Amino acid sequence: MYRYLLHRLLMMVPLLIGITLISFTVIHLAPGEPTDMQTQMNPQAGSDLQAKLHKQYGLDKPLPEQYLLWLGRLVRLDFGESFAQDNRPVLDKIAERLPVTILLNLLSLAVILAIALPLGVISAVRRNSFFDRATTVLVFVGFAMPSFWLALLLMDWLGVRLGVLPVSGLKSLGYEYMNLSSQLFDRISHLILPVFIAALGGLAGFSRYMRSTMLDVIRQDYIMTARAKGLSERVVIYKHALRNALLPVITILGLSVPGLIGGSVIFETIFAIPGMGKLFYDGVMMRDYPLIMGVLVIGAVLTLVGNLLADLSYALADPRIRNSE
Amino acid sequence: MKLGLALLLMLLLTACPDDQLTGLEPPVAKVPAFGDTFIEGSIGDASTLLPILASDSASSEINGLIYSGLVRYDGQLKVVGELAESWEISADNLTITFHLRQGVKWHDGAPMTSADVLFTYQLYIDPETPTAYAESYLQVKKAEAPDDYTFRVTYAEPYAPALMSWGMSVLPKHLLEGKKITASSLARHPIGTGPYRFVEWQGGEKIVLEANRDYFEGSSYIKRFVFRIIPDTSTQFLELQTGGLDFMALSPLQYDRQTDTLAFKRLFNKYRYLAFGYTYLGYNLKRPMFQDRRVRQALAYAIDKQEIIDGVLLGYGQAATGPYKPDAWVYNADVPRYAYNPEKARQLLAESGWVDTDGDKILEKNGAPFQFTIVTNQGNDLRSKAGEIIQRRFREVGIDVQLRVIEWATFLKEFINPGNFDATILGWSGGPEPDQYEIWHSSKTGPRELNFIGYKNPEVDLLLEQGRRSFDRPARKKIYDRFQQILAEDQPYTFLFVGEALPAVASRFYGIEPTAAGIRYNFTQWYVPKSLQKFSR
Repeated sequence: MYRYLLHRLLMMVPLLIGITLISFTVIHLAPGEPTDMQTQMNPQAGSDLQAKLHKQYGLDKPLPEQYLLWLGRLVRLDFGESFAQDNRPVLDKIAERLPVTILLNLLSLAVILAIALPLGVISAVRRNSFFDRATTVLVFVGFAMPSFWLALLLMDWLGVRLGVLPVSGLKSLGYEYMNLSSQLFDRISHLILPVFIAALGGLAGFSRYMRSTMLDVIRQDYIMTARAKGLSERVVIYKHALRNALLPVITILGLSVPGLIGGSVIFETIFAIPGMGKLFYDGVMMRDYPLIMGVLVIGAVLTLVGNLLADLSYALADPRIRNSE
Repeated sequence: MKLGLALLLMLLLTACPDDQLTGLEPPVAKVPAFGDTFIEGSIGDASTLLPILASDSASSEINGLIYSGLVRYDGQLKVVGELAESWEISADNLTITFHLRQGVKWHDGAPMTSADVLFTYQLYIDPETPTAYAESYLQVKKAEAPDDYTFRVTYAEPYAPALMSWGMSVLPKHLLEGKKITASSLARHPIGTGPYRFVEWQGGEKIVLEANRDYFEGSSYIKRFVFRIIPDTSTQFLELQTGGLDFMALSPLQYDRQTDTLAFKRLFNKYRYLAFGYTYLGYNLKRPMFQDRRVRQALAYAIDKQEIIDGVLLGYGQAATGPYKPDAWVYNADVPRYAYNPEKARQLLAESGWVDTDGDKILEKNGAPFQFTIVTNQGNDLRSKAGEIIQRRFREVGIDVQLRVIEWATFLKEFINPGNFDATILGWSGGPEPDQYEIWHSSKTGPRELNFIGYKNPEVDLLLEQGRRSFDRPARKKIYDRFQQILAEDQPYTFLFVGEALPAVASRFYGIEPTAAGIRYNFTQWYVPKSLQKFSR
């Protein structure tokens, strides 16, 4: 087991370097330059500003050298400084945005699991019933709904017309002056709409997935055996079938680890939430190479770790896999 | 907090019957009072609060409140003193001597002197400083600070934009000297001399400022200034309606169709005034098809500017005839206007050899069809919509036009910089200063320079040189009148429209006086009468 783990961890290093090399090449292939934003279409900019900025950012060096320099800094966990005019360390910029994004993603993932898993199980057990068909239609409507549109409608209805929920942002203006319980309430009321909207689109995937794995399991011989033993339907479904049906869900959960730091630009823009999606999008638009690379590296690491965790927990949960090694 | 709310409710309840009896709103004492908070919505976050490095509008707006310059524009767009009490321009127009106010203090309490001004100037021209504003200061031959309250600059040649270039934010020498400007902590925690001092900045969320009670022109009335970052304008509009914002720039659609309710009119005042800047269709003059002036005039005749203004701006704009907005002192109304006339367009095209010889409704010359592509940048709906309207109008006179909308960085790199475009829809934003040297002078046609359409006219060159050397307004007016006349005849651009700024401000704010400069120039004089104040802290 430990050898397996060590092997997997060592394999991640060349994989990570490969990922960074490809990302680095691709973003430098995109036309446009980080310095264009400041130097172009500005009558007051001096003609040598472009050269000045190139030198400051090290863009005057050949590309392979730039990559090696960047990699050298990365090994020391230095992500460099942003090319945006604020010149802040990339890590600071990411650290500022990360907590909100992770909080929102965790909450919406929890909501998705809490709703989608029971939905999937019940749909599978009562296959082709009215409930099954109705939930199928509903989750797909949720999936297909343009989230920005629904968000705006709900903001107008709940925020402006009824005035029960705040429209946007993460906290109210007088937040600093509130006592602890009002602060908590304020926080929660700001999160309700974003979490609901974020979860709605994810319901379809998880509930369908749960339904199909559950159906697979129910058809297995051991379920028939369990029924034949005279176990109650409750025990058959929730003890014997569900446990086995949950196994593949663990894999999916592992794969959604990198998704926790990814944000959606449209979603964050609508709700005025300063998250990772907007940060990355603005970075790409500005060709802010260190920032783009920073976000990509963190994403890549989390993807690799997520995969590893999925495999490991799978092995932990399923004795067949654990023992086969 | 809860007790206060209960008290407030009781007050409201007891106050209600009286109002209902008279049926009138309670009279408001319109007396300036200190207090309350002004919350503005912005689609973008500021990038840096060091004005020397910033080049985005969000940063400039905040920096304008935190820092001061030697001079500034007043409501009539006249240059008035800010940190400078007075100034003299020498008879040969080469030297400006500023006399600074005494007793001005930085927000940290240190005194502001001419050493700070000199330091700021040196920072601008320092080759190590990556600033986008070096150009005007490189014209200075000598700058000196003979005593603590005098600052003198000498130019090699008279330079008309010189005076206003000293409206740049003066930076604190004692906090910046000897440090790398790009690594300064002032970028996140600015210290200035302006009417507002910095409180906090939550990245991507909000920037909070508080009135500088020691401001040298007297403290402003509004106590707090909150700059909320809300990237989506629909969300901004919803926030405005719930009271989460006191100010936003409305879109023409919101201004025209969504703010006509009684409730909105009671809570907000709307303003409209011409914005500085215009949108144009520029022709790449290196392309043979655009080299004939008659063709460019024909294209101007083929475009219905009013139709674009009505369709794209819902009428909230005016037709542009040149690079200046119609209410500017330098504007020349007496230039050829090219009212929509497709007949005239066809006739001019025929004169220059473009006729439909094979009956496909597309004009040809020497066997080649009149085809070209208009490129514009993504993210500006006004431009792509204007492009679609123009496309149809050009088709009607027999010109086949394609429209391509390209992401900004790619657009510059692949199309504008290498001169690899036929025509482009873009805009210039400007200011009250009429100097247009960088955009129209024939020496500015090099790669990455602003005369990227390659316009060359010896008389225009001469006028632009004279214009920036002359300090006399009537004389300048004459020069720039002729300049506009030539541009209108040559039509290197088809000047399309000047849009209007359409801000909405919560009605509890008084003291707003719209002028040609807009409404924000006297922000320090805005106030909320004591009885209407919404925020107590």
